[in-house]
Amino acid sequence: MNNKENTRGRIQLIVARTVAYAILIFLSILCLFSFYMLIINSTRSNAQLQAGFTLMPNNNFFVNLKNAWTDASINIPRGMLNSFLIAACTSVLTTYFSALTAYGIHVYRFKLRKFAFYFILAVMMIPPQVSAVGFIQLMYKLKLTNNYLPLILPSIAAPVVFFYMKQYLESVLPMEMVEAARMDGANEFYTFNRIVLPIMKPALAVQMIFSFVSSWNNYFIPALLLDKAEMKTVPIMIAQLRSADYSKFDMGKVYMFILLAILPVLIVYIILSKSIIKGVTAGSVKG
Amino acid sequence: MHSMNRKKPSAGKGVSYAKWGYLFILPFFIAYICFTLIPQLMTFYNSLFENYRDGLTQVGPNFVGLKNYVKLFSPDNSGTIGMLKYFGNTIVLWLLGAVPQILVALLLAVFFTSYRLNLKGQQFFKTVIYMPNLIMAAAFSMLFFTLFSPVGPVNQVLLSAGWIDKSIDFLALKVPVRLLISLMNFLMWFGNTTILLMAGIQGIDQSMFEAAEIDGASSLQVFFRVTLPLLAPILVYTIITAMIGGLQMFDVPQILTNAKGTPDRTSMTMVMYLNNYLQTSKNYGMAGAVSVVLFIVSAGLSLFVYNSLSRQYSQAPRRRNRL
Repeated sequence: MNNKENTRGRIQLIVARTVAYAILIFLSILCLFSFYMLIINSTRSNAQLQAGFTLMPNNNFFVNLKNAWTDASINIPRGMLNSFLIAACTSVLTTYFSALTAYGIHVYRFKLRKFAFYFILAVMMIPPQVSAVGFIQLMYKLKLTNNYLPLILPSIAAPVVFFYMKQYLESVLPMEMVEAARMDGANEFYTFNRIVLPIMKPALAVQMIFSFVSSWNNYFIPALLLDKAEMKTVPIMIAQLRSADYSKFDMGKVYMFILLAILPVLIVYIILSKSIIKGVTAGSVKG
Repeated sequence: MHSMNRKKPSAGKGVSYAKWGYLFILPFFIAYICFTLIPQLMTFYNSLFENYRDGLTQVGPNFVGLKNYVKLFSPDNSGTIGMLKYFGNTIVLWLLGAVPQILVALLLAVFFTSYRLNLKGQQFFKTVIYMPNLIMAAAFSMLFFTLFSPVGPVNQVLLSAGWIDKSIDFLALKVPVRLLISLMNFLMWFGNTTILLMAGIQGIDQSMFEAAEIDGASSLQVFFRVTLPLLAPILVYTIITAMIGGLQMFDVPQILTNAKGTPDRTSMTMVMYLNNYLQTSKNYGMAGAVSVVLFIVSAGLSLFVYNSLSRQYSQAPRRRNRL
C-alpha cells in the first residue's frame, strides 16, 4: 500500500511540474514574442513588411538602421544623446544625495531627525503627477522650459531611493567604523565620501541602474517642458512617431526607431539581470 | 523603523555632531521644497483660479472659488461627467490588468519557492518575466500599435488564415483597446509582483511549512492556510502600491491611442485628462482641480496601506486569516 501511495505521489509531482513549466513557458513566450517580432521586423524592408508576416529575419537591418539614424524629422541619435545625458546626471545625483540623506538620518541624533524620517516616508506614496501643474507653471515662470535642469535637479529628493539606502545602511554600516574615522580626525564629509560610500557600492549600483532606466523611459514631464527639436528625448520622439501619419512611413524604419529606443536598457539588463532582480526586493517592505 | 529607538553613541568627548545631520539632509529638503512641495501648494492654489489660454489670449488668473470643481463634476454637452468617466476608465483598465497580474504572480511565486516542485531554470524565467518592466512604456505601446494596426502583422495573419476578410482596426474598438492596454500593463508588472511576493514567501518561517507537511496538509491546504495568511501584509502592500501606480496610468494609453483615448474617450485615464488640460490650453485651473482629486484618492489609499500594514504587524500570525 505504501508503494502504491508513493507512485501516486510521484505521478502527482510529475503532473504538477509539467503544469508549472507549461505555464512558465507560456508566460515567457508572451513576454518575448512582441520583442521578437520587433527584432524580426527591424530586419525587413517596407515592401517585405507589406507583403506579409514571417518569423524569419531578413537582410535589411543595416539599411533600416541607416535610414532611422539619418532621418530628417526624428533625430534619434540626438534624442539618445539627450536622454543619456539626463539619465546619467539623474542617476548620479539621485543615488549620491539619497545616500547622503540616509546617512545623515541614520548616524546623527538631531532634534528634527524623527520628523525628517517620517516626513519622507509619508510623501513617498504621493504620485509625482499631483504636483505637475505647479511644477510646469513654475518652470514657465522661471523660463526653464527647453532646459534640462528641471528634469535633473528634482532627482536630488527621491524618497524611494532614500528609503532603500536607509535600509541598506541599517544592515551594513558598523558605527565603529565611523567612530574610528573620527578618532583619526577625519572630517564628517570625508568620512562619508571616502569610507561610507565605498561600503554602499552595491546599493549605489542597483539604484543607479533603476534611476537611469526610469529617467530614460520618462515621458510625462519632459513632454510638457521640451518642445525644441534638438532638445527632445527619446520617449517624446516615439510619441511624435505615433502622432505622425504612420501609413506614409517606411515601417522598417519605424520598427528600427522602437528598437533603438529600448536597446540601451535591454543591453544593460541582459548583462546585469541577476543583480537587478536582486535589487527589486531589497528596498521593499519586508514581512 | 524600529531602529529609531536604538541608542547609538554619537557625541564623543563633548563634540556635538548634530549640526552635521542637518547639513547632510539639507540638499534633499531644499530640492523637495523647491520642486515638489511648492509646486504642490501652487497646484492646490491654482485649482481655485480661472487661468487658461484660449488661442493667443490669456484668460485669468481670476479667483473663482470652487467653480473649477463644480465644472469638473458637472455633465458636459453630451451629458457625461468627464471626471467620473475617466476615473471609471482608469479603474476598469487597472482591474483588467491588475487582477490577472496579482493572481499569476501569486501562482508563480508559489511555483518558484516550492521546495517540492524544485523547478529548474528559475533565473532564466525570472529574467524573462521581469524584462518588460524596464522597457520604455512609450516604445512598448508604439510597438503594440504597429503590431495591431490595420496593416500590421496581426491583421496579416488573420487575413491570410482566412479568419477575417477585411482587416480590423483594433484601435477603433472599445474592448480591444482596453484589453491591449491591460495586457501591456499586465506584462510590464506581473514579473515585478512575482519577485516581491517570492521574497515575501521566502521570509515566512520555514518551520511553518514543515509543521503543515507533518500534519499531512495538501499543497492547496498549505497555500490557503499557511502561505496566504502569512503573506497577507505583503500582499496588501503590493495591491495598494499597484493601485496607486494604476491611478497614474498614462504612458501606455497615451501613446497607444495618440492622446485621444479612442474610441470615444473610453480609454482616457485621469492623468491623460490632466495632461490634456496642461498640454493644449495651459489650463492650470482645471488641471489643478484634477490634481487635487488625484491627490485625495491616492492619499486615502496610502493611509489605508499604512493602517493595514501596522495592524497586520501588530496582530499575531493566527489572527491574520482574513483577506
